[in-house]
Amino acid sequence: MANKPRVAIFDFTGCEGCELNKLNFENELLDILAHVDIVEWREAMDDRVDEYDIAFVEGSLSTPDCIERIHEVRRKCKVLVSLGSCATLGGINAMKNIQPIEEVREEVYGEDKYLFPTLPALPLSAVVKVDYEVRGCPMTQIEFLKLFTALVRGQEPVKPDYAVCIECKLKENECVYEKGMICLGPVTMAGCDAHCPSFGQYCTGCRGLVTDANIAGMEEILVKHGLSVDEARKRLQLYNVNQLEGVQR
Amino acid sequence: MSTNLDIKVKHLTRVEGHGNIVVNMKEGVLEKAQLEIVEAPRYFEAMLKGRSFHEAAIVTSRICGICSLGHQIASLKATEDALGLEVSWQTIQLRKLLTHGATLQSNILHAYFLAAPDFLNVGSVFPLIGTHPEVVVRALRMKRLANDMGDVIGGRAVHPITCVPGGFTRIPTAEELLELKRKLVEEMVPDFLATVDTMAALAGAIPQFERETEFISLRSDDEYALYDGDICSTDTGRVDDHEYRKMTNEHVVTHSSSKHCKANRSSYMVGALARFNNNHDKLCDAAKAAAEKLGLKPGCCNPYMNTIAQVVEAGHCALDSVAIIDQLLEAGLKDEQPNQEPTKFGTGVGATEVPRGILYHEYTYDRQGRMVKANCIIPTGQNLANIDDDMKKLVPEFIEKSKEEITLMLEMLVRAYDPCISCSVHMLDVDFIE
Repeated sequence: MANKPRVAIFDFTGCEGCELNKLNFENELLDILAHVDIVEWREAMDDRVDEYDIAFVEGSLSTPDCIERIHEVRRKCKVLVSLGSCATLGGINAMKNIQPIEEVREEVYGEDKYLFPTLPALPLSAVVKVDYEVRGCPMTQIEFLKLFTALVRGQEPVKPDYAVCIECKLKENECVYEKGMICLGPVTMAGCDAHCPSFGQYCTGCRGLVTDANIAGMEEILVKHGLSVDEARKRLQLYNVNQLEGVQR
Repeated sequence: MSTNLDIKVKHLTRVEGHGNIVVNMKEGVLEKAQLEIVEAPRYFEAMLKGRSFHEAAIVTSRICGICSLGHQIASLKATEDALGLEVSWQTIQLRKLLTHGATLQSNILHAYFLAAPDFLNVGSVFPLIGTHPEVVVRALRMKRLANDMGDVIGGRAVHPITCVPGGFTRIPTAEELLELKRKLVEEMVPDFLATVDTMAALAGAIPQFERETEFISLRSDDEYALYDGDICSTDTGRVDDHEYRKMTNEHVVTHSSSKHCKANRSSYMVGALARFNNNHDKLCDAAKAAAEKLGLKPGCCNPYMNTIAQVVEAGHCALDSVAIIDQLLEAGLKDEQPNQEPTKFGTGVGATEVPRGILYHEYTYDRQGRMVKANCIIPTGQNLANIDDDMKKLVPEFIEKSKEEITLMLEMLVRAYDPCISCSVHMLDVDFIE
């Protein structure tokens, strides 16, 4: 490749765990850096620049400043990639979207509630065009590496659209339901190699819903395995409130 | 002589989260010197309200990626305290190992990647790949091994998977622990000693600035307190962790979306330096030797030395991890299931040391095990008032320097605290109104 792609990395409302997950590619980091020029990354470096080829963006949009900044990023980049559940879905931040915002603010800041502006937590795609996404909370590392490799090579990345259960079966894990627990694997988008069930934990749905997920069926299964109707809905909402409740504009 | 100074650093780099430094001096009078926190509030209460105790640690972990393990530990301890869940010796040892791994990872990341570029006059770690490749490779190797500890025991270093109320969903195998031990002994310990040499060579770049303040950390009779202990202040001594509200006194200030704290003075400091000042007698010998070599002495009041204290702690965490693995293997690993049968429902407190300082979670559960009330007090929030007080002393003291030099000193000061701003604006501390 003649010129290395110029890469910039940004963070909005979130925990910055996805960014940290990039610094956690210790074994691959120097190889990654050999194929791109990182030109802007506030968490790791001082530089700020006017244009770049690929922007990786973490976090959801939840303040007027976020909306302004994501427009600027979109203007300056050629390819925009959302990283992780917050940027792709609104993520865990979006739980506040289904509660009256006045109450939420007042409970936290009391009479100082208007000091800090807030909006419903939105995925990037609600405001600007997103070209590619890496899902997961934190973003799935193998998916990031695959996407990164494809982008650097100029190939189109392949995206799975089937449930976590498929990957879990391929790994020959014992079904989480067999262990007396609940699991959101049946409606959650694969791509994580069923990481949590492989470590004895249930799938919390962090990668978002598979296309045409059977939500009613999923709720029925959760209730059959001991959750109340309310609790079943809450478990499903954890990462998917914008998708389930149609809050995103 | 009249002196005017106007400094505004928007979105300070090489820190976790979004903060601005604002300093304003008019005719020699300091009008403003503060760290503004402009991170978007997260409103975690909306996420926790009515949720099952099984989910509390999953949710609060997402307050911060960098401190996710610490939030899980504090959260699990609070839940277990509230629900009367006993945990086994093995669970505690595995959690201590995870805590050591996370502290190592975070301290190394900060010292090498976020703080060291200032000592070498560069804007990031990336130019160092060309000029000091062996140092960068060493830092990456140490970070990888620290993260391996999280990956092996927690399933994942960022937002660990296996830590649940009452225990672990998966117990590591003896082979996995032996492999960690081998790497700790063969790679981490030599790398730590080399790190001490590197930092000793850079220590001349650490600004000479002192301000006496109150230092608060956990303190234990048994060990260098990280996982558990009493709250200990250099001003007033030890209290039980259930008394944490008296030691924090959170309040809203207009220039920060994160609340500020105070205990016995206008501000106090938490983090590696506070832990070192309170607990240096409990460090292992190699860490004590490192402190001496790096010029770090108990009672140190130079906040810039926090980075050095982090390096010292990295050595302690590495060596103590080897000792814990030996104990676990000697006792034999048991395939225990997590104890998730509540014996009561009520309020519980969890206090633990995370890399940036002491972290408190307090939860109240109803009789169905659902969250009705939650409060988290974050280290960075506790340090904010101390940072402001440092700035107020520092600016007049160094006013003869150029604006650029003062700005750099202020940026380095904030970075020395290794602030975690995402954490600090988690926005809990509410009573849910049903």
